[in-house]
Amino acid sequence: MSYVYLYALLGVGLFVLGLNALIVHAHLMRKILAVNVMSTGVFLVLVALSSRNEGILPDPVPHAMVITGIVVSVSATALALILMLKLNRATGKNELPDRSRD
Amino acid sequence: MNFPTGAGTDHCKRMKLLPMELILGEVPWIVVLIILPLTGGMACFLFPTISKSLGLLTSLAVISCVWGLGWQLEEDGAQRYAIGGWGAPLGIDLYADGLSLVMVAVAALVGLGISVYSSSYFRRDKANHFWPLWLFLCGALNALFLSSDIFNLYVTLELLGLTAVALVALADGSEALTSAMRYLLINLMGSLFYLLGVAFLYHSFGSLDIAILAQRVEPSPAVWAAVGLISAGLLLKTALFPMHFWLPAAHASAPAPVSALLSALVVKASFYILLRMWLEIFPIVGISFAQLLGLLGSAAVLWGGIQALRQTRLKLLVAYSTVSQLGYLFLAFPLGMSIAWKGALYMLLSHAVAKAAMFMAAGNILAAGGHDRIADLSSITQRLPLTLTAFSLAGISIMGLPPSGGFIAKWLLLEASIQSGQWWWGAILLLGGLLAAAYVFRVVSHVFTQAEATHEAREVPARMEWTALVLALVVIFLGVFASWPLAMMEIGSPFGGGS
Amino acid sequence: MNWNTALPLMVLGSSLLPGLMIFFLSEEHVVARTSLNLASAILKIVLIGGMFWGMLHGHHYESRLALLPGLDLVLRAGPLSMLFVLLSAGLWLVTTVYAIGYLEESPYRSRFFGFFSLCVTATVGIALAGNLMTFLVFYELLTLCTYPLIVHRGTEVARKAGRTYLIYTIFGGALLLLSSVWLYTLAGTLEFTDRGFLSGLDTSLHPTLILIFALLIAGLGVKAALFPLHGWLPLAMVAPAPVSALLHAVAVVKAGAFGIVRVVYDVYGIEFATDLGLTLPLAILASATIIYGSLRALFQDELKRRLAFSTVSQVSYIVLGIAVAGPVATIGGLIHLVHQGVQKITLFFCAGNLAETLGIHKISEMNGVAWRMPWTMAAFTIGAFGMIGAPPLAGFFSKWYLARGALDAEQDWVILILAGSSILNAAYFLPILYIAWFKKPPDSWPAERSFGRNETSWALLIPTVVTAMMTLALGLLASAPFGLLEWASQIVNRGFAQ
Repeated sequence: MSYVYLYALLGVGLFVLGLNALIVHAHLMRKILAVNVMSTGVFLVLVALSSRNEGILPDPVPHAMVITGIVVSVSATALALILMLKLNRATGKNELPDRSRD
Repeated sequence: MNFPTGAGTDHCKRMKLLPMELILGEVPWIVVLIILPLTGGMACFLFPTISKSLGLLTSLAVISCVWGLGWQLEEDGAQRYAIGGWGAPLGIDLYADGLSLVMVAVAALVGLGISVYSSSYFRRDKANHFWPLWLFLCGALNALFLSSDIFNLYVTLELLGLTAVALVALADGSEALTSAMRYLLINLMGSLFYLLGVAFLYHSFGSLDIAILAQRVEPSPAVWAAVGLISAGLLLKTALFPMHFWLPAAHASAPAPVSALLSALVVKASFYILLRMWLEIFPIVGISFAQLLGLLGSAAVLWGGIQALRQTRLKLLVAYSTVSQLGYLFLAFPLGMSIAWKGALYMLLSHAVAKAAMFMAAGNILAAGGHDRIADLSSITQRLPLTLTAFSLAGISIMGLPPSGGFIAKWLLLEASIQSGQWWWGAILLLGGLLAAAYVFRVVSHVFTQAEATHEAREVPARMEWTALVLALVVIFLGVFASWPLAMMEIGSPFGGGS
Repeated sequence: MNWNTALPLMVLGSSLLPGLMIFFLSEEHVVARTSLNLASAILKIVLIGGMFWGMLHGHHYESRLALLPGLDLVLRAGPLSMLFVLLSAGLWLVTTVYAIGYLEESPYRSRFFGFFSLCVTATVGIALAGNLMTFLVFYELLTLCTYPLIVHRGTEVARKAGRTYLIYTIFGGALLLLSSVWLYTLAGTLEFTDRGFLSGLDTSLHPTLILIFALLIAGLGVKAALFPLHGWLPLAMVAPAPVSALLHAVAVVKAGAFGIVRVVYDVYGIEFATDLGLTLPLAILASATIIYGSLRALFQDELKRRLAFSTVSQVSYIVLGIAVAGPVATIGGLIHLVHQGVQKITLFFCAGNLAETLGIHKISEMNGVAWRMPWTMAAFTIGAFGMIGAPPLAGFFSKWYLARGALDAEQDWVILILAGSSILNAAYFLPILYIAWFKKPPDSWPAERSFGRNETSWALLIPTVVTAMMTLALGLLASAPFGLLEWASQIVNRGFAQ
């Protein structure tokens, strides 16, 4: 079963990478992509952890969760992209302006 | 944790009831509460011309559903409903006890106020976008408060976040769009943390239902990781210091009714989930975490209060006040007694109503004067006596002075802090009250100046002024007639037995 | 709901409802507003009179509302409550008449009278409060209702004064809240009981109780203008004269003093308080305030400020009477509650008359004014002599009882304080009288308004004369069968072991 945990670890790794990219990069497109990478990481964890012993079908509940999650993720990405476009049209930039520290 | 049998146990008893009570008793209000706003939202989307009336109607209908649910809870105790007839662990369960009842009641009450206010606030083109989004948000809120399944909570949390972001972006203008974008990214980040935590929890115990998890949970590294992730995600969404940075901009730049619903309801949703998990599943976690929450809460109270004093714009002041008031809620965690939870919940309830009234009042001032610079408020405030009364009354609750819901909550939390010997949380409560007095009176004192009432102010629709005032009066009533909501919270003993 | 539960609520409502209605009247509805004001004031007195009569005949009046599990909001009629409530209602009627005259032609009268009525509601609530929680609720309400009155004029000075007032009172309120909650967790109840409800507690809690007492006195002392918490009072003089009159004679300052009486008698109990050693520090604090206030008053040229510091000093007589902890001294303190109210309101009415009619604000401007405004200055003279403690005026009796009580309780040093402060009182009041009666008037007054043959408007003059008469009456009738002394003795006897 160790390869299962490898996949799960990979998923967590993707999550962390995505989180880092989300915080560090300024360009909105990168941020949106980073969120997608994070969610992919979570889905990978879910799918990996759904595995059971040899010969038994994997647990379907996490699969259902992943499918739902993908749907949510798609809608969220769509909203994010539209917001980015509107923001670009309004300010001419593709980045969140630097707020003064409060 | 009790497993009540749900509605309809004694048929003989039911035979003798009047038709009204039959309806009240048999209809699964818990489901209707979710489906009704969603349907309403879709209807508003499909029929934009009558969206205003549909929206108001739905809000009214939601109130009656809450009343029905309350009646059912009074009669039969906590309710559990299995969606589709499948039960947990495979199916999704809905669960209603005193805690959820209070939450849906607040959402319904404040929701009605917001609906009435918005019916005058938005012009035609914006209104068409507003109503469907707002009703979907209502549906998401109700579903969130009534879910017993942690993945379902994720879905509702996401729906809530997306609709909230879209509502913030309604305001146009680069400021609103920027804060909406930041808010969206924060939301997504928080939800993903939460989901990862859910994944670990499920993997460890094989169920997504809170009741079942409560029975099966045991300490282990995976659970600690899950607890940490879930808490991080939820705290980010509840804007606990130091993760509050996104809130002032988002709440201040949104249109007034949206600011009201954000501060009053949306941030409370993630708090509710955290509270639920804390009461049911987290008890294995050590005390250190609770003290940390209390510490961060105290920092929020003080920091938010000080920042509120420094603001030059009214809506930002009110938004920072939210940051501060949310800190109070976290003081209940280190206190951990039933009276402390009730105090925090009453604080949540009062703050929701009071903050909604305050943002509505701020919206009125902005609409009348075209700006919300605090230094120049004198002439506008002279023209809006109803609005300023609403602001002051809401401010009384925010300050925690009697007679208001905020005072009752403060009393309960103080009692808890003295009884448990942790008097420093009480000190934070009192300090927060002093700061709140400072920033509330900073605004209110502008009424008492020698400025002439300006003639350039635009007319503010009476409906908007009165909604703010009525909500503010509700908060005062909450301060006088407190025993009824407090009794309501007890149904199903969500906080465990006394102490 | 019968009379017994309804009457206290009705007393409250007789100023609350008209007050709320007045807010909605526009500025021009003078007749409506005036009638509402007077009608509600008269109604209140009638209702209170009825309650008093019923109480004498054995009726028990109490209204309860469950606020929290185990804590109610309670309004109850008892001898001490009735003392304070009758004083408040009676003086409110007089002040209403005065205010109507004083504020003629001023802006924002509806707002003023609305808050004015709310203030009285809060004061009555404080008087009738049956437990510490109810007291706290109305005490904070009083803060909220008096602020708009202080800043009414809207000038920078007024707003600064309001800000200072808020800082002091909200801080005091927080201390009061803390102590109330603390006491509740220790004792499980907050009901005012004759002889207090704390004596039964475990001795290990005594240090805590001493600390709580200090907090309570600090919280109440803000409003009662105990040194060093008195800073807001002289600043609050920027308010219109009716407000100063009401604040200093009846509402705010008395509420603080009344609270201290309640705490010592009905929360701690006088014997328990003495056992804990609380009374001596309180007496010292009160004495310090008495002397300090009188000293500061000496150096004020502005009339209202001198009267303000005089208030700081005089209210502490009440606290001193309580703190000396003997029945006779307490009687002195209680009757002084009434006497100081009536006398001080007279003095403030006179100050208001001088300001409104002649534009006089400073004592140095008062040369020979008594010949221009004889009735006003006659009233002032009566009030001043009452303050000094000259027989047969009311103030004399208070000081006499205080002195005798101090002797009884073997606190001889108090006599020195009383004597000293009487001398100081004379020192700052007699010069005013001399200037007013015996100096040559200037050629013109700062801002004279003519009222025809009368020295000033009826609405301003009549209340002044009435309260001066009351000062005389209280003095002359002090020992009469139903007089004040009888009444005070009754209250005091409940507090001491029989």
